[in-house]
Amino acid sequence: MQQYASQIHRCFRCGYCKFPTDYSSFNCPSYRRFRFDSYSTGGRLWLIYAWLKGEVEWSEHLADILYACTTCKNCTEQCPMKFAGDIVDWIVGARSDMVEKGKIPPRVARFFEAVHGYGNPLKLLRSDRDAWADGTKRYEPGDEYLFYVGCLGSYDENAQKMSKSLAELLNKAGVSFGILGSEEECCGNEIYMLGEMGLFQVLAEKNTQQFKELGVKKIVTLSPHAYNVMRNNYSAAGANFQVYHYTQLLSDLIKKNKIKLSQNKAKVTYQDPCFLGRYNKIYDEPRQILQSIPGIELIEMERNRQDAFCCGGGSGNFVMDLLAGSEDSPGRVRVREAYETGADTLAVACPSCLTIFTDAVKTEDLDEKLTVKGISQIVMESLSSK
Amino acid sequence: MSDIHEDLARIVGKNWVSSQKEERYLYGRDPGLMPPHEPEYVVMPKTTEEVQEIVKLANREKVPVVPKGAGLSLTGLVIPQRGGILLDMKRMDKILEVNDKAGYVIVEGGTTHATLKSHLMKHYPHLRHSMPDSPPIATIVANAVIHGQGRLTQQHGFNSDMVSGLEVVLGTGELCRIGSCAVSQYWFSKGPPMPDLTGLFLGWFGTTGVITKLGMKLYPCKKIRDAMMFLTDRADLVPDIMRKLGRTEMMEDIVSSFAPLPLRLKGNFNILIIITGDSEEEVEFKRKMAWDTLWEYFESRDGGFLSVPPDMKPALLAMPSKDTTRFADTSKGGGFEYSGPITPIEKYPEFIAKLEELASKYKLFYASSARVIDGGHSMMFSFSYTFNRADPDSMVRVKTALDEAAEFALEQGGVIWKPNIDEQKMVMERMDPNTLKLMMKLKELLDPNGIMNPGNWEAK
Amino acid sequence: MLELKFDKSKCADCKAVSCLVKCQYMDFDKDTAKVEWQKVIDGEDCRVLHDCVTCYSCEEYCPFGNHPFYLIVERQEEKGILPAPRPVITMWINQCQPVGRFMVGKVEEKALSYCFLPIFNELVKGKLFDGIWPSMIFGQEFFCNAVYLHYARMSVIKDRLPKIVENIAKQGIKELVCLHDECYGTFTSIALAYGIEVPFKPIHYYEYLHDRLKELKAEIKPLNVKAAYQRNCSARLIPETDHFVDDIFGLIGVERVKREYDGENGLCCAELIRMSKGPKLADDVQKRNVDDMVKFGAEYCVFNCPACYDSLVERVMRAGIKPIRMIDLCKVAIGEEQSQKPALEGMPVLKAAMEGK
Repeated sequence: MQQYASQIHRCFRCGYCKFPTDYSSFNCPSYRRFRFDSYSTGGRLWLIYAWLKGEVEWSEHLADILYACTTCKNCTEQCPMKFAGDIVDWIVGARSDMVEKGKIPPRVARFFEAVHGYGNPLKLLRSDRDAWADGTKRYEPGDEYLFYVGCLGSYDENAQKMSKSLAELLNKAGVSFGILGSEEECCGNEIYMLGEMGLFQVLAEKNTQQFKELGVKKIVTLSPHAYNVMRNNYSAAGANFQVYHYTQLLSDLIKKNKIKLSQNKAKVTYQDPCFLGRYNKIYDEPRQILQSIPGIELIEMERNRQDAFCCGGGSGNFVMDLLAGSEDSPGRVRVREAYETGADTLAVACPSCLTIFTDAVKTEDLDEKLTVKGISQIVMESLSSK
Repeated sequence: MSDIHEDLARIVGKNWVSSQKEERYLYGRDPGLMPPHEPEYVVMPKTTEEVQEIVKLANREKVPVVPKGAGLSLTGLVIPQRGGILLDMKRMDKILEVNDKAGYVIVEGGTTHATLKSHLMKHYPHLRHSMPDSPPIATIVANAVIHGQGRLTQQHGFNSDMVSGLEVVLGTGELCRIGSCAVSQYWFSKGPPMPDLTGLFLGWFGTTGVITKLGMKLYPCKKIRDAMMFLTDRADLVPDIMRKLGRTEMMEDIVSSFAPLPLRLKGNFNILIIITGDSEEEVEFKRKMAWDTLWEYFESRDGGFLSVPPDMKPALLAMPSKDTTRFADTSKGGGFEYSGPITPIEKYPEFIAKLEELASKYKLFYASSARVIDGGHSMMFSFSYTFNRADPDSMVRVKTALDEAAEFALEQGGVIWKPNIDEQKMVMERMDPNTLKLMMKLKELLDPNGIMNPGNWEAK
Repeated sequence: MLELKFDKSKCADCKAVSCLVKCQYMDFDKDTAKVEWQKVIDGEDCRVLHDCVTCYSCEEYCPFGNHPFYLIVERQEEKGILPAPRPVITMWINQCQPVGRFMVGKVEEKALSYCFLPIFNELVKGKLFDGIWPSMIFGQEFFCNAVYLHYARMSVIKDRLPKIVENIAKQGIKELVCLHDECYGTFTSIALAYGIEVPFKPIHYYEYLHDRLKELKAEIKPLNVKAAYQRNCSARLIPETDHFVDDIFGLIGVERVKREYDGENGLCCAELIRMSKGPKLADDVQKRNVDDMVKFGAEYCVFNCPACYDSLVERVMRAGIKPIRMIDLCKVAIGEEQSQKPALEGMPVLKAAMEGK
C-alpha cells in the first residue's frame, strides 16, 4: 500500500472521476456535495501528493477532505488511466499514513475508539448485539451458514428489521444457519477503508480465528461492506471460507422455489450498494429477487449499476457523516432521484444505505411518499401464505 | 477571517467560499507547466447577480478576479498571477434553453461540455454541439474563450465561431448582453447584422469580463457516425490529403496523428476521417467520396485506407476522447503539455520535422495531432510532449521544448493557440503596433482597475 | 538465407495449372495460365504479381504442394511490387515487431498460443480449456508472422520466424495448441517450405476442441442449427485440417450448409482486398459471400479467424445471421456462455438500423 507515494503523481486531474458514464450529473459523492475541486478524487490525489512533498501542511481541513471520500469507487470506474484500479488503495494508503502519524479528524478518531472499545462504531454494549435476534439460533458447528449480521444490522433500529426478516426467511426456507450473537465482532471494512491497519488486522484475525474454531465453511452477510472485506481483505489473516451476500442466497432460494412469493403491488427502485456493485460486480441478483415478486414493478434510477450514485455512507460515513448537512448531501440527492422515478419504494441491499436514506427521506419530506426498505424486508412481506 | 472573505461569504454563502490552504493550493495551479500562484480566495457563485457583486467588491478592494472553468488549458491561463479571487464558475451549470427550431442552446457560465452532450442525447437526440477532445469537465464558456476546437470544427470553424450570444459581467460589474439577445428574446446571432461585440470577450481569457451565459449553435446529429483511417508515410502529402478531404465538404472531422508509440502508429501519418449520415446510402456515398478523393495516393501506393475493426471504432468515435487524456500517463508520469499553434495546413511537414527535432534534442516522448479547421483554411498542430510530475528535470525539458516550438510556430507564420503569459508577450511583440494599442485601449475601457485576470494580455 | 523449396519441374509437367485457372479473382484459361505462370517462375514482371489478392488459395489448388503462392510473394518482393499501399505494410511490420514484451501464463509442456491476438484472453474460458489453461503464451515474440504473405514481405517472415520458433521452444513447450489458424499454417506449411525446423508439435485448435468435446460428450446439448462456415486464407495452407470442422459440427449437432462459397470455392473475407485493391472488389466479394449464406439458409456464420470475424461481423448480422467464433460455438454447445458479443458502437450502420426499429 505504501507504493501510493511513488505512484500518486500520475493523476493528471482530468476530472473524469467526477462523472458517471453518460456524464448526466456529478457522480463523486463528495464533489457533488462540496463542489470545490479539492473534494474530487483528482483534487484529493493532488493534495495528498502536495502533503507528501511538504507543499501543504497537515490540517484538519486536509484530513476532512481525505475522509470525505466514501471510497465508492466511482472514480475507479471512470478514470481513463491504467492506474484506475489503484486509486482507492492510494487514498487508503494516505489515510493509513495519517493514522500512523496520529493526524486524523476527531470524528474518525471517535469511530476507531468505539470499534476498539465496543466492537462497533456506535459505542453500544457488546451484550446488546443480539438484542434484535429474538431467539435466533446461535451458530453451532455443522450449521451450513454463519449469518454474519454486522454492526448496523445488530444495533440500528431500521437495519435490525433487515436482519430479522432475513433470519426469518432463512428459517422458513429451511436453511441451516446460526448467528454469533454477542460474540460477533466488527467486520473491519470501514476500519480498513479509514486506514487503521493495525486495528483492522486485529479484527480480521479475531474473526477468522473465531470462524475457524467454529468450523465455519460458509458465511452469509447482511452488509455488502462485510461481504467485501471478508471476501477480499481477509486472506492475509488465513481466511478459508466462502462468503455470500444475502441477496445471492435469497436469489438462489427463490430460484429453487424454497421461498414462494405472492402478489405485492409496488413500484420499486433499487440502490446498488458500492461494496456489492462496483467492488464485487454483483448487480443482477438483487434485481432478480425483486423481479421475481409478482406485482413489483422495478424502475431503474437514471444512474444505476456501475454508475449508481453512492448514498454517502461509505468509509464510516454512515456514522461520521462528513457529507451531511446540505441539500447536496449524497443521501438527499439520491432519494430525490429515487422519488423522481415514480417509485413508492426504495429498495436497498445494504444497511448503511438504509440508515442514510431513512434519514434523507425525512429531511426531504418524502417519508409519506417513498419508503426505504431492505430487500429481505420486501421479500418477507411478499411471502406466499401457502 | 478577512473582511473580503466575510464579504464573499455574504454574497455566495459561507459554504461556497474558501480561503483555506488546500483550495488555494489546488486553484493556484493547473495540470500544465506554468509556475503556480495561489489565489487568496476561491469562490463558487451560483447566479449572475452574485458574480456582479463579487466583481464590484473586487473593484472596490482593487483585488484581482480570475474566472475559471475546469482549468484545462494546460497553459496556466487561470493561474491567478497576482492572487485575488478565483471564481470557480462550475456551480453555474444550468442549461437554460434549447431552441430546437433555431438550433441553439443557452447555457450558464460553468456548464460543462459533457453536461450539454448528455442533455442533448437524452432530450434532443437529433441535435449536437461541437464536443472538444478535452476531458468532460471542460466548460463551454472557457472553451469558447480560448477559441477551442471540437468535433465540428472541421465543418464550422472554432467553437468560438459557433457562439450565438453572450451575457457578460463587465470588469466594472455592469451586466451586458451581446448579440441578437441584446435586442430580442432570441439568441441566434452573436452580432450580425449589428457590430459583433463578442470579439471583446472571446480570446481575452477573462481579462475583459466574466461570461455568465452563452448561446451556442447546435447542429444536426446524424444517425450514423463512422470512422475511417487513412495512412501515408509522407509528411509532404499530408497537407494535400487533408485539404482535399476538407474540400469535399463531406467529412465531420479530419485529424492527422503522428507518434512513435503505440507501434501501429509508428512511421505513418494516421489520418482519422469521421463521416456521418442519416442513412446507409449517405454514409456509403461519403465513404466513396473519401476513397475517390484519395484514390491517386492509393494507386501510387503512397497512402491507403486501413480497415478499422469494430472493436477499435468506439475509441475513435468517442466524445470526449479518453485516449487524448491517456496520453498524459504514457510514460507513467501523469503529465503532458502541448503547444498548439494555428497555422496554414501547408506547414505540416515543417512542423513534423520540428516536433521530432525537439523530441530528440530534449529526450522527450512525443505525439502530434493536427485538426483541419473550417474546411482547410488552417489547422491546429499540436507539439505534445509527456513529462513525469515526479521528475522536475523532465518538466523543465518539456517546457523548454514547448517554448522553442512556440517561437518556431510564430516564425513559420502561425499564431499560438491559448498562449501562456510568456507566449502572449511573444505574440504582442510581433503584433502590428496599432493593433496592440487598440487592444490595450479596449482592455482599459472594459477593466479600468486592471483587476480582471491580471498578467494576461498585458503589454509592458 | 532461407530458400523456398520450389520444384520447377513439377510446374513444367503440370497441365492443369490449377494455381491460376482455379483462381477466383483472376480469370485465366489453361493456355494463358501456363504462359503467365512461367513468367512468375522466371521472375518476369507479369499480371499475377500485380493482380493477386493474396487469398492464399493457390497453395491449396496446387496438387503437388509446390507452393505457388509463396513463389508469388517472393517474386513480388524481388520486383518491389507493393500488393498494398506502402504505409499499410509499414504499419503491419511495425505493429508486430518483437520488442521484448510478452505475456506467459504457467507454461507447461503443452501450451496454448494466443499468437498476438488479445481476443483469446476473452475467448479462452471454461471447461474446454480445463487442464491446459493457464499454460499460455501471448505477444509479438510468439507472433507467427504469416500476415506478411499479404504484403510481399517474405523477407520479414524469413527473418523473424526462426527466432519466434526459438522463443516458443525456450518456454519448454513440446506441444503448442495454436488458437490462431495462421500459426498452425506457419509452423507446418511455411516452416516446411523453407526448411525451418520446428522443435515442438503444433496442434491445430480444432483438433484440440474436437478431442475436448469428445471428453465432454455427456455435457453436449446438440444445437440443431444450420451454419455457414467462413474459410479463412491460412486454411489454404493447411487444407488437411478442414475435416475437423465437420467432425466438430457432427459432435455438436451443427449442419454445415453446402453453399457455393465453401470448401475450395471459399471466398476471402475481403478486408485485405479492400486495403489492397479498393472497395469495389471487396464489397462485391463480401456481398456475394453473405448472400450465399442467406441463400442456403444459414442461421449462424462460424468463423475460424478473428480477422475474418471483424471483417464480416456487421454485414453478417445485418443479413440476420448470427456471427460466432468456433470456440464460442463449442462453448454454447456444452451450455457455457458465449464470450462478450461485439459492441454495437463498433458497428454504426447496424446500430442505427436497430435503433430505427
